[in-house]
Amino acid sequence: MNNRGIGQSRLLGLLAAGLCLLLLLSILVGSQAIPLYQALSESLSDTRGVYAFILTEVRLPRTLIALFAGATLGLCGAVMQSLLRNPLASPGLIGSASGAVLGAVIALYFGFVGLWPGALPLSGIIGSLGATLLAYLLAGRNGGTLTLILAGVAINAFALALVSLLLNLAPSPYAVQEIALWMLGSLANTSLGDLWIMLPGTLLGWLLLLRLGQSLDLLTLGEETSQTMGVDLRRLRWRVFLALALAVGSAVSVTGSIGFIGLVVPHLLRPLVGYRPSRLLAASALGGAILLLAADIAVRLLSTQTEIKVGVLTSLIGAPFFLYLIVQSRRLPT
Amino acid sequence: MKLLQGMALSLTLGGRKILDRVDISLQSGEMLGLIGPNGAGKSSLLRLIAGLRAANAGSLQLGDGPFPTIPPAQRARRIAWLAQQGEVHWPLSVETLIELGRVPHLAPWEQPAEKDREAIERVIEETDLQALRYRPFNSLSGGEQARVLLARALATEPEILLADEPVAALDLAHQLDVMSLLSRYCSEGRGVIVVLHDLSLAAHFCHRLQLLHYGKTLAVGSAESVLSPEHLLTAYRVRPMKTATGDPFAIAWQRIGGSDSTR
Repeated sequence: MNNRGIGQSRLLGLLAAGLCLLLLLSILVGSQAIPLYQALSESLSDTRGVYAFILTEVRLPRTLIALFAGATLGLCGAVMQSLLRNPLASPGLIGSASGAVLGAVIALYFGFVGLWPGALPLSGIIGSLGATLLAYLLAGRNGGTLTLILAGVAINAFALALVSLLLNLAPSPYAVQEIALWMLGSLANTSLGDLWIMLPGTLLGWLLLLRLGQSLDLLTLGEETSQTMGVDLRRLRWRVFLALALAVGSAVSVTGSIGFIGLVVPHLLRPLVGYRPSRLLAASALGGAILLLAADIAVRLLSTQTEIKVGVLTSLIGAPFFLYLIVQSRRLPT
Repeated sequence: MKLLQGMALSLTLGGRKILDRVDISLQSGEMLGLIGPNGAGKSSLLRLIAGLRAANAGSLQLGDGPFPTIPPAQRARRIAWLAQQGEVHWPLSVETLIELGRVPHLAPWEQPAEKDREAIERVIEETDLQALRYRPFNSLSGGEQARVLLARALATEPEILLADEPVAALDLAHQLDVMSLLSRYCSEGRGVIVVLHDLSLAAHFCHRLQLLHYGKTLAVGSAESVLSPEHLLTAYRVRPMKTATGDPFAIAWQRIGGSDSTR
């Protein structure tokens, strides 16, 4: 038995290569085939035709948002699982995702979106920050892992109850449909404007998560031992909370809730990095981007009357996989 | 040279006095045994020195600096704490776990350098873990796991090693192995404080014993003076029985095979 994993640089190289391939595919695949060369030359010249429009206004934002949102979900899933030392933790556990959904739904419900399209993601990010702050104040500072998980569950339930209330009180069936469809999670109809709104929070969140690898490695030995080895647990916690509020909040606010990527990706990659939390971070970011891009391309290729939302597809595949993981973990000696 | 000097350390938790004006010191090259009944405050004293708790009163000196003024990152290089119940949450390999012991010596992005690799190899050899180095931690037996966690602490190469009941879960041979490993670690400039329940091992391996009772030091000094019938009666409510050798703390077996032997 040995679990050194495959070489780290080889793994990251393979994942990066796969990601590049999918980025290219995501640009090319869609209801309208575009000749890439022509679209590019059109984009760069003054006479911008329909191909240039599809490339820069439709495919490029969709692809880049999938890249950033997927990477965020994968990375934050890995961070959350490492912080809580629980393979079933997801990036939304501490309220970031449900808070973002609530914020976005409020923006839809009260019609802020009609005033300015940016109101939706912005309101989502505010919701995410609020819910995460609440989780942190309740359990994040000194509480144990279990308190944190329970506080997260309660906050998620409360946020979703508020969302249900808004759906319940919605003035028209049309409003209900708009909110419900948004919540399913989709990358369709995203614009460059969405990307610009999402980017600052995403990058700031990633930045906060840099350099946490060693601390997460040491946490493997338990909270007390890691503290005697120089880990500042409080600082680690608030960094992770803030980073997830910003990054996950930004992603969910633009795409709606896309489940299971943050849960499944770290799980799949963990054996390949020798179970080491620090090595899981970059790999999970790449893996998350790959999975979301692949799912989004699949959604475009599945020719159904109405396009299936990508969040629906990831949950359709993710939930059975989750069950499979549970069955597996029951077999493994722990 | 004094590695550590604690004066009148007191600790109150939830209104209960855990430690009451306890003095403790550790000399270079010394192995100090902390003994006493359950709840006497041994582990709490160790946690205090590990920086996991702050004393409510008293002073603690590490080398020649007051403990609180030494930044946690530096303390992490100078003091290693071996928990009573070691936990490892992912099935990391033995080698990776030992490598974690070097992290306090690294900058945030830094990979282990040549001297770190040397330290890791040295520890793997000392703890006789060569054959297990690529095995996942969770596939090891309890004794092997304890050895790996000790190796992790040794890899930090701390001035002070704090070991909380390191032999509690081990069989007789492994108890002797771990104790002799600890006593070999006490070379110039280094010291070990070890919490023990086995008084024979304590008498045999430690240079000095400190007997705690209800958060106070009942006795400190050589094994002969600390393990007197009066002290044992006060602290443990036990009376040593007559044995064939006349020494109630004799270890009745000797380690055969392996690389270790008792003192």
